[in-house]
Amino acid sequence: MWGRIWTIFVSRNKEFYRDKPTLIWNFLFPIFIIGSFFFMFSNDNQKLYKIGVIRSTYTGPKSVTILEDLKKIKYTELIWFDSPYEAEDKLVHHKIDLLIDPAGDAYFVSASSAKGYISEILIKHTSSNEAAAILSKNVIAGREIPYVEWMFPGIIGMNLMFSALFGVGIVLVRYRKNGVLKRFYVTPLHSFEFLSAQILSRLFLMMVSASIIFAVVSMLFNFECKGSYLDLFVLTLAGSASLISLGLVVASRLTSEELTDGLLNLITWPMMILSEVWFSLEGSVEWVRVAAKAMPLWHLVDGARKIMNDGATLWEIRSSIVALFGITAVGLFIGSILFKWKE
Amino acid sequence: MMKILEVKNLTKKFPETTAVDGVSFSIDEGICFGLLGPNGAGKTTTIEIMEGIQDASSGDVFFRGNARTKAYHEKIGIQFQSTSLPQFLTVKETLQTFRMLYRIKSDLDWLIRVCHLDDILSRDNAKISGGQRQRLLIAMALANDPEIVFLDEPTTGLDPQARRNLWDIVSEIKSRNKTIVLTTHYMEEAQILCDIIGIMDHGKLIAMDRTGKLLGDYSDMATILLKDVCIEKMAGFASPHYIIEDTIEIQTADPDSCIKDLISRGVSLKGMTVRSMNLEDLFLKLTGKELRN
Repeated sequence: MWGRIWTIFVSRNKEFYRDKPTLIWNFLFPIFIIGSFFFMFSNDNQKLYKIGVIRSTYTGPKSVTILEDLKKIKYTELIWFDSPYEAEDKLVHHKIDLLIDPAGDAYFVSASSAKGYISEILIKHTSSNEAAAILSKNVIAGREIPYVEWMFPGIIGMNLMFSALFGVGIVLVRYRKNGVLKRFYVTPLHSFEFLSAQILSRLFLMMVSASIIFAVVSMLFNFECKGSYLDLFVLTLAGSASLISLGLVVASRLTSEELTDGLLNLITWPMMILSEVWFSLEGSVEWVRVAAKAMPLWHLVDGARKIMNDGATLWEIRSSIVALFGITAVGLFIGSILFKWKE
Repeated sequence: MMKILEVKNLTKKFPETTAVDGVSFSIDEGICFGLLGPNGAGKTTTIEIMEGIQDASSGDVFFRGNARTKAYHEKIGIQFQSTSLPQFLTVKETLQTFRMLYRIKSDLDWLIRVCHLDDILSRDNAKISGGQRQRLLIAMALANDPEIVFLDEPTTGLDPQARRNLWDIVSEIKSRNKTIVLTTHYMEEAQILCDIIGIMDHGKLIAMDRTGKLLGDYSDMATILLKDVCIEKMAGFASPHYIIEDTIEIQTADPDSCIKDLISRGVSLKGMTVRSMNLEDLFLKLTGKELRN
């Protein structure tokens, strides 16, 4: 039995690393995404509020004061426009938050822009002490987690999800459709042995690729994992296994690659959105958060963030670990029951 | 000779049709058995039930007189007509992968030599020709040194030279006392390779005998082929004749009288071919239709 599992495991691994476009995509895609976000959000001079100013030969007295004061305020950027039309266009499309016309001592703001509203308050109070009188100062301690570091576990999780679901799902369906599975069926190979080899092979490849991506990204962008690497490895293993088992269920009987592709997209996209890969679900309605917790990717990403960003231990994320192993067991059971060798 | 496979009252019903209808036959060890028939005759379903890929609706298949067990897969080798090969593996790796799935393994060097794979061992499966692919598929079927080899239309789509190469391989397998079960559309192939031939049509076995005897029964028969004949002129013609596209095929034991009759009817003999009867003609005689591809 182990000899046959090993044989299929080895041949499947060869298929993976010889499929150069897929291999490159698997490694480069997450590094590219993280790199892009790193450079987009690592600019220390990032300005929160962008205020446009129409360049003119005459500047009204009120505007002179306001502009001088605005230059002194942090996180505010003044953007000068030669053309009032271009400036208005930028304002309409929320490319800038507020527009000052120094010649007319007037300002313009978009009614639908939240940042425009804040900018409006800013310029109203910028040349007086009223704002300081209203707001009391509070100081909070702690390290701020950059968005890129918060997002990193999500990107890795997303990459694992695509690798597991499409790597196992599409390949199995293609092999069923073109008769490769039927060819294996007429050998002494048992379905349990075949599926085990598929799972182990994909798990091995996913762990290797995730480790390489993690190492590369850590070196390039100086990320840190506050928790234990072993805990992170165990969580990633459990998460990958659960995602593979989901792929097995989808691919257990289907014979159409197109249908499988559609179904996998139907699963992956909501899972990606609800699993807080890109943004937090804080503030969303209750049922959305409940639905998210039914998805393996949410447990993987949430657990990884807790380990990497907060230094949590496996015990502290035990509910996610239990959920991932549970999903794996149920998925494997259903997948192996439903599995069909031939069309 | 010992019977290696026995097929008893095999029936396979699908919701809309009966693909195999009470077929019974047996195959002696060490022979090449050919199952012929047009598409839809039921031969692939019969073979797949014999291979253990499909279940019969009723009837059974016995291996060496006993019901087949899981160990049956260790004893047989199968070459499917249409199957893809695992991606991104070389010919040698594919062969090794399949060998490793069995307890008993053929000698790798023998497999490579007998299937003429020496030159393409390191080539990717996706980059081999049709003939090379068929040779690899046969080598995969022999990976476990099987007692029975099922070859499903092994030469379909191959050029004449590649076909003859494959016949040499099948002959080599036969010489090692393997039992071969072969399906084919090519009568010439069946005549050359098969010791026993079974002919299927509409799910039934309509004839089965030694190849020589099947043909021997009709050895005094001749086939006359005529092109572009006016059909009206053939009205009441005594000998069995069949219209296949623009050709009329006449089967007769007395070609002299037949030709005289044709002349008397004013049928042009231009382009006429007269030859002795072959399996193709026999099939036409038994089923009333040509062996379709």
